[in-house]
Amino acid sequence: MKQHRTSLESLKKIAAAILVSIVLLIMLFPFYIVFINAFKTPADYAQYGPLTWPRLFSFNGIISFWQRVDFSNKLINSFAISFSVAIIGVLLSLLNAYALGLGRIKGRIVFLVLFVVANTLPHEALVYPLYYLAKLLKIYDRQIAVIIVFSVIQSAFGTYLLSSVFASFPRDILEAAEVDGCGKMKNLLYIVAPISMPTLSVLFTFFFIWTWNEFFLPLILLISNHRQTVPIAISVTQGQHNMDATMASASALLGILPCLLFFFLFQRTLTKGITAGSIK
Amino acid sequence: MRLKDKGYGIFLVPGFMLLLLVVFLPFSMNLYISCTKWSGVGIPQWVGIANYVRAVQDSVFWASFRNNILMIFAVTVLPTFIGLLLSVFLFDYGIPHFGQRTVSFIRGGIYLPQILPVAIAGIVWGWILNPNYGALNRILQSIGLSSFAHNWLGDPATALPSVMAIMVWFQIGYPLVIFMSALQRIDPQILEAAQIDGAGWFRRFVISVYIIRPEILVVVLTTTIYALKLFAQIYVLTRGGPGTATIVPSYFAYQNFFEKANVGYGAAVSTIMTLIIFLLTAVFIKIQMSHEGIGEY
Repeated sequence: MKQHRTSLESLKKIAAAILVSIVLLIMLFPFYIVFINAFKTPADYAQYGPLTWPRLFSFNGIISFWQRVDFSNKLINSFAISFSVAIIGVLLSLLNAYALGLGRIKGRIVFLVLFVVANTLPHEALVYPLYYLAKLLKIYDRQIAVIIVFSVIQSAFGTYLLSSVFASFPRDILEAAEVDGCGKMKNLLYIVAPISMPTLSVLFTFFFIWTWNEFFLPLILLISNHRQTVPIAISVTQGQHNMDATMASASALLGILPCLLFFFLFQRTLTKGITAGSIK
Repeated sequence: MRLKDKGYGIFLVPGFMLLLLVVFLPFSMNLYISCTKWSGVGIPQWVGIANYVRAVQDSVFWASFRNNILMIFAVTVLPTFIGLLLSVFLFDYGIPHFGQRTVSFIRGGIYLPQILPVAIAGIVWGWILNPNYGALNRILQSIGLSSFAHNWLGDPATALPSVMAIMVWFQIGYPLVIFMSALQRIDPQILEAAQIDGAGWFRRFVISVYIIRPEILVVVLTTTIYALKLFAQIYVLTRGGPGTATIVPSYFAYQNFFEKANVGYGAAVSTIMTLIIFLLTAVFIKIQMSHEGIGEY
């Protein structure tokens, strides 16, 4: 009887393992196929198809795609835009939340609601006026336009998040410091900012990655090749040129790699953020 | 005592000014434009609600919303359902039998597509499904299923299902990660007690689902709104085609803004999208508030 039971149990375990492996296989298969084919020669692909391991690791597909889109330039663009947005976005969030979360200024609820609303508005309902205003202000097709727009959009989320974090901030410290002659600005710089550093760094990471991944507004606001970001450049190139299988694979791989890098760099922060806020 | 609350307003000035300039001014302009006929140059011509009337009578507009509902199925309904089954399975069975580390690895693998920009996820699948050289058709041919080889994204019959399948692949990791962390809140004694009372896996599943209701609600809300904003994958994979087979509201608005110079009409479509998002958010907040406190541990 006992024998029977344990064999049933282990049978169940094997079935479960197979099921999970199949799910995992389906999820990871596209990554695998992109990876192996990016390193093949077109002849290798033509002869042996997409599933075999490369006969010989060839970097030709990657190199020629890199040169075709000037990928170094796109990496620099994406990095410059995402980094600036993350810095400015965090600064704006901190200032806003200082006034709304700690300052309890008049009408703070109304302001907070406006920030939340701004965060839910679809970019489609902003895009044409933004495009028009950017042209009017002569910043159309300039990265500064994308930086300003996303700094504000990200800060709308950051303000909301940081304000709710500040709800549990020990306000007595600030009052005590004020009695000792500290101004509001000094309180912010020397007390609030250092204490909230962990939250600020989570926000920074999120703003950076979200901005890196953005597509719709950068597609509209940046029209010149040499100003575009990584996702846009890769997507636009797809439609413009005749690509062979290995180069298409290389282009996908180049899009994937930076994100993998961020994922492993910021893994801890990201898991914390995803589960804490259940955001976006 | 009131003194300490004074002087904070100044810190809000730059952030709020920018918010007005970058979000609320454009949004108001978009509202105004939606009531005009405008090609993007010259002076907009006031037409009242004509663009909204036009939308209601436009079959492409309805096609975009019909596709949108199917997209909600692909990014909300299916991933939430699969995510629930998988997360409870991994939590309830996987951790005791395979160990925490293996389960973390599995979770990470399923989450992996989520780290990609959607556009790049589209590029990955665009080349796998490419009719000329794509991997999928080559695989089908090599295992003797040539008759199944197909122009997946080019055939109106398979274009939308293909995009939907890609979205399920892309989205599953999000509910899985959230649900698995929510399940940690559950007191193991509850499930053990249920088991002693003879509850099978299904009953334990129902109990778990009941307890993580708040997270399910958040996932459903965020992904439903996300479904309405789908743009990059359509832009990369099908451009709304063939014909209008994969048109979605966001892409339809884009076409009117930047390809057809129907700026007024595009603005009306995007305003309707906004209204739907507000409505959804309001409904969900209401549900959330009426359930507040229940199911929290």
